[in-house]
Amino acid sequence: MDIRPILSTLRRHKTAAALIVLEVALSCAIVSNAVFVIGHRLQRMDAPTGVAETELLHLRVHDTARHDNTDALTRRDLALLRALPGVKNATVLNQVPFGTGSTDLGVNLAFEQPAPTIQATAWLAGSQALETLGVRVVEGRGFLPEEVQPASVLGGAASPGVPAVILDRQTAQRLFPGRSAVGQHLFAFGSAPIPVVGVVERLAQPQPNEPRAEYTLMVPLQLDYNDGNYLLRVDAAQREHLLAAAVDTLQRADSRRIVTEQHTLEAMRHEYYRQDRWMAAVLVAVCVALLVVTAFGIVGLASFWVQQRTRMIGVRRALGASRRQILRYFQTENFLLTSIGIVLGMVAAYGVNHLLMSFYELPRLPWLCLPVGALTLWVLGQVAVLGPARRAAALPPVVVMRGA
Amino acid sequence: MFSYHLDLALRSFRRSPALTALMVLAIGLGIGASMTTLTVFHVLSGDPLPGRSEHLYYVQLDASELGGAPPGVEPNEQLTRFDAEALLRERRGERQAMMTGGTVAVQPPRPDGTPFFANARYTSADFFAMFETPWRYGHGWDAGDEAAGARVAVISDELNQKLFDGADSTGRVLHAGEHDLRIVGVLAPWRPVPHYYDLISGRYAKAEDVYVPITTALAAKLPITGSLACWGTGSPPDPRAVNAPCAWLQYWVQLPTPAAVAPYRQYLVDHSERQRAAGRFERPSNPRLRNVMERLAFKHVVPGDVHLQLWLAFGFLLVCLTNTVGLLLAKCMRRSPEIAVRRALGATRRAIFGQFLVEAGAIGIVGGVLGLGLALLGLWGVRQNPASYAQLAWLDAPMLVTTLALALVASLAAGLLPAWRACQVAPALQLKSQ
Repeated sequence: MDIRPILSTLRRHKTAAALIVLEVALSCAIVSNAVFVIGHRLQRMDAPTGVAETELLHLRVHDTARHDNTDALTRRDLALLRALPGVKNATVLNQVPFGTGSTDLGVNLAFEQPAPTIQATAWLAGSQALETLGVRVVEGRGFLPEEVQPASVLGGAASPGVPAVILDRQTAQRLFPGRSAVGQHLFAFGSAPIPVVGVVERLAQPQPNEPRAEYTLMVPLQLDYNDGNYLLRVDAAQREHLLAAAVDTLQRADSRRIVTEQHTLEAMRHEYYRQDRWMAAVLVAVCVALLVVTAFGIVGLASFWVQQRTRMIGVRRALGASRRQILRYFQTENFLLTSIGIVLGMVAAYGVNHLLMSFYELPRLPWLCLPVGALTLWVLGQVAVLGPARRAAALPPVVVMRGA
Repeated sequence: MFSYHLDLALRSFRRSPALTALMVLAIGLGIGASMTTLTVFHVLSGDPLPGRSEHLYYVQLDASELGGAPPGVEPNEQLTRFDAEALLRERRGERQAMMTGGTVAVQPPRPDGTPFFANARYTSADFFAMFETPWRYGHGWDAGDEAAGARVAVISDELNQKLFDGADSTGRVLHAGEHDLRIVGVLAPWRPVPHYYDLISGRYAKAEDVYVPITTALAAKLPITGSLACWGTGSPPDPRAVNAPCAWLQYWVQLPTPAAVAPYRQYLVDHSERQRAAGRFERPSNPRLRNVMERLAFKHVVPGDVHLQLWLAFGFLLVCLTNTVGLLLAKCMRRSPEIAVRRALGATRRAIFGQFLVEAGAIGIVGGVLGLGLALLGLWGVRQNPASYAQLAWLDAPMLVTTLALALVASLAAGLLPAWRACQVAPALQLKSQ
């Protein structure tokens, strides 16, 4: 197909051609970035936490009147919860995945380092914590029951210190590259070195969307219920029923306390990512609206051109051009304009992405998004121009010549 | 002339209803999307306390240890109890308040009522005057109450409805945990947006339900919530103690004039120097003093997603306008013969230009009304969203006017190029070619 006649026609309709190019370029830039942000949101919603999510229940209990023996009451609560049929394990933790609180601390490899080696999220793990979370020990061992002590013993003058720490694989490799972490020591709580006794496969930080350290450590300290979170691992099929049973058990054990939170971990995950889902939905809606508007713009201008070039089409048909050739003419013209728009749009897409990166902690636009944006607009352009082009091709030469 | 132009515009719309509908729809969609996001942005980024906010300053001191962060970077967000109490005692501002968040277990006065937790604010006496809280009954406590650690409280309207069915409850007792607090005041409904006096406990959180003098709360050991940052080796036995190396209190000061800012900043430097001389501070003096709007900007309070949606919507509006320019141009060119006849009959270029601008403006107004409807629908959609700010997304009168103005300005801008092209039409050439 010879494109020279198309170019010479377009030269006589610079403004309208420029408007189509501009509209395609803007759409391409916006759609590419929107597709990228949607992908980014969907991807982070899939990030694994490393725990047995479908089997976990989360409960919080708070005093309405002061209790003096909260450590003992916590042990009693755990025993009651574990005795419920269907409950596999129960523990108390400082933080839970998708919960609100989190503890971060600096980890040192030497005493009184000027700056910490890494910042890590710290799990204060009560008894049975590893079994409850469902994290797999890949090296060394889990905590021994006698290592778990109430968190309240720390901080006093005669603090016994923390007897053991467990890292996740990523943290172990960062702190002790090229060697086994088990048997090494680190400094995190107080001035005594803490031996690493085990490495677990993966344990994500509790709020995965927060831009925070991805390093994790666990220490065998049991908080009381006022400061901690009860976490239960149960048979997934009966979790709703067991959640109600657990609440009932805790409420009956002591009426001067209130159960303030009760969720399945799946519900917490769903809630945590609501904003991301919503944002993705908004972006999809705007992209669809944008593409529809762009398509109608192309339809409008293409129809106008067909009308304006009626005489030209008639002459070409009379001189022997087939319907197919007329159709091709308009399709090629649209393809040319859309392509210019896409090239400009991609440059703009990178510009927009650069701005977004500097403002909103977004990574660089991957190359993959560009072909997606380009293909969408090419298809859109061809679909939009099909109607007007077919109408042009259907014009009988005689009528056209006479009408003009 | 204007009504004649309007008449011409209506005739032209009637002649090509599909094209006109398309343009109205494009403008309506663009305006609807931009106004939805702009309204959310407007609600979230507004001044929470117009006229007063520039006099309220948030105080930060660099109290932590020497290791770690290099000197001169952003200090701790909150103050230690020692520093907050020292500044409050010296009263160098017009008003000042130290505060933290907390929760109290409230026992309803009815015998069958089950206890529940209410968010609380432990603060000092100036809080109510500084942040201009509205009163329904009674008043705040005074400095004397506070010094004495009086067992008093102020409660929100919502809590007053819940506990006392909205009656004047001043003088009655609030059972908080195992403590009895005498209610001295009840606030009228109050929803500062954002929750600017304490961004740590939720940027768009609701105002608290219970207000207690901080001296009382500390003495009664009421549960404290919020962020707590400690430094030094070993965890302190009681991080809320006066001498604990822990930052957990927010401190606001009200200064009468901009001229008072520099002396107050110097006062903070002097305080830091004294603390360093006494061995409490290790780092170079590095205080921060930001007023409300500066602090909101520094903390990037408006969520990133809201910014992103705003840009997206205006990008969309731009596409819609480009689209409208193209369609208007096409329509205009198609009417070249008509323009030529009008020109040949004596219409000036200015008249032709005006005619096409009126046409564009009419499309803009209709599109704007459609956009307003879509914006209302969009805001309804926003309010279904889970974020804490979503419930605040309502269109107010200024935004309503802005919507229509934006639609008109946008459509006139879109009409400029086609109108200019229309008035360039050479009558002789067009008439001859017919």
